[in-house]
Amino acid sequence: MEAFTTHTGRAVPLRRSNVDTDQIIPAHWLKKVTRDGFEDGLFEAWRKDPEFVLNRPEHSGATVLVAGPDFGTGSSREHAVWALQNYGFKTVISSRFADIFRGNSLKNGLLTVVLPQETVEALWQLTESDPAAAVTVDLVTRTVTAEGVEAAFELDENARWRLLEGLDDISITLQNEDAIAAFEARRPAHKPRTLTH
Amino acid sequence: MGRTLAEKVWDDHVVRRAEGEPDLLFIDLHLLHEVTSPQAFDGLRKSGRAVRRTDLTIATEDHNTPTLDIDKPIADPVSRTQLETLRKNCADFGVRLHSLGDDEQGVVHVVGPQLGLTQPGTTVVCGDSHTSTHGAFGALAFGIGTSQVEHVLATQTLPMAPFKTMAITVEGELPDGVTAKDLILAIIARIGTGGGQGYVIEYRGEAIEKLSMEARMTICNMSIEAGARAGMIAPDETTFAYLRGRDHAPSGAEWDEAVAYWKTLRTDEDAVFDHEVVIDAAALAPFVTWGTNPGQGAPLSAAVPDPGQYTDPSERLAAEKALEYMGLTAGTPLRDISVDTVFVGSCTNGRIEDLRSAAAVLQGRKVADGVRMLVVPGSVRVALQAVQEGLDKVFTEAGAEWRHAGCSMCLGMNPDQLAPGERSASTSNRNFEGRQGKGGRTHLVSPQVAAATAVTGTLASPADLAGVPVPVEV
Repeated sequence: MEAFTTHTGRAVPLRRSNVDTDQIIPAHWLKKVTRDGFEDGLFEAWRKDPEFVLNRPEHSGATVLVAGPDFGTGSSREHAVWALQNYGFKTVISSRFADIFRGNSLKNGLLTVVLPQETVEALWQLTESDPAAAVTVDLVTRTVTAEGVEAAFELDENARWRLLEGLDDISITLQNEDAIAAFEARRPAHKPRTLTH
Repeated sequence: MGRTLAEKVWDDHVVRRAEGEPDLLFIDLHLLHEVTSPQAFDGLRKSGRAVRRTDLTIATEDHNTPTLDIDKPIADPVSRTQLETLRKNCADFGVRLHSLGDDEQGVVHVVGPQLGLTQPGTTVVCGDSHTSTHGAFGALAFGIGTSQVEHVLATQTLPMAPFKTMAITVEGELPDGVTAKDLILAIIARIGTGGGQGYVIEYRGEAIEKLSMEARMTICNMSIEAGARAGMIAPDETTFAYLRGRDHAPSGAEWDEAVAYWKTLRTDEDAVFDHEVVIDAAALAPFVTWGTNPGQGAPLSAAVPDPGQYTDPSERLAAEKALEYMGLTAGTPLRDISVDTVFVGSCTNGRIEDLRSAAAVLQGRKVADGVRMLVVPGSVRVALQAVQEGLDKVFTEAGAEWRHAGCSMCLGMNPDQLAPGERSASTSNRNFEGRQGKGGRTHLVSPQVAAATAVTGTLASPADLAGVPVPVEV
């Protein structure tokens, strides 16, 4: 996984709540069997509208997405995270994320930052009036800074450490091989099995 | 202090607990399908890892599969590649797979329970958000992403962040004509699409206890639409009766041991939930959605709401955008909304009981002119049972299309889709923009409302058909 320490970039204000993963990447894109090549599918339906915020030239090359509450609801498709990353986003800011989307993001090094809606609104206003405004998301200090905005955010220490180091979860888990084997040895016999030996 | 059902199941699966780290949980059952697994198997190959427990893993083909001409090669080359990739991955890694054409094939969340693999007190995961379905058995069941699919394949465990607990108590009895689907749609409208965020919901109370397993699965299935981590219902005699004798249910002495354990899986009297919601069952009525998220719903007797009535600016904006997308005008009675498509099926409402209830409404009646109705069983087993009961004949004689098992029109990944501007009454779980096909408009409904709507051509409940006589059979 790509490590995340700090990132400064321009932001896209997405004034929408309940942005579900079907909007982030529509289902027909899910037939691909790779983790890349999803950038053209990102917000595919909305991007057909030339006025959609992502299509506006002043936001081209932005790397920070600032969205309304309940971002990433619905389907568990990790393709939504890959599509955002393939397009160039490094971090997403919202007042509330759906659980599965947030978990998927953190496993891929896409930092999801939870800030109060007032701060999201301030970032919207800033980037709407000055699309070139720089927004810095710093995971080391757990702060988001931009002109007139300085906000701290929470992220549990373990998730933060994994992101800062870019650690592979599976390798970490496999350090507990003895504990897994011991658990397997004491599982009751009545538990279901998919294969009959 | 006592523990809740969810806490008991969680505690029984902790492999490792350490201060400041997420608990490492053992996973009893891992379900796979073609869409969210290819990149996970790829990851295993790249790191030279095997599937740790093939005996706790099972795969089925469902999202991409066509529901017509299943004996012919799949027309869409990208869908075909994805299914062929799953077949190769399962063969290479020794995973049991039920492919298109197999008697056990079907929607992954219909297949697990019908095989008896979904059991009380187990942890179940799948790279699919509707894994919450399995909570109907008192299992702790989570939808996961592809990175986690790879993690479970490699380790049979998952590090999981702690959760909060919510009780949704449904007091009293559901009135006649009100189903589990109406209940869960009403719950989501009440708590919102983010209302369950961070919580495992336990559904309890008299109305829940009286539900069949199929109905309980419908409820737990849509927990994710309220943003919940999972939904659960305590196992009871209804659960045990459903499981007894199924292929993978325990038997003999193991059955007795299992039942003794399952009976301990109830929230203790003195347990405390982090949040509680109480619903009065008697006040409920058939419920449908008017908007573009599952929380935007109302009783069928209501009208399309005026966005101006929302005080919260983001809700108001969401309602405005929803009405625009749905092509609806505030104040229009929901019963006046005409549809051109009716879909009965999906992991929410594609089980035998759902087909029976839709057939009971359609018996002797006809699908309205200009309406296309698709009936798609959730699995091949459900289809075989329906045929044995003659339900397929009821559907085809009414003018509906009887299809092969699969996810079908629940999502736009296979040939069953809405065309731009088409409007459906659908028993599936999501009314998101474009979910059933680009530009398609979806109203989520129960199987009974779907069938009645097919007859009238406008959103309707079976009670609305009282004036439409059913020809007497001779």
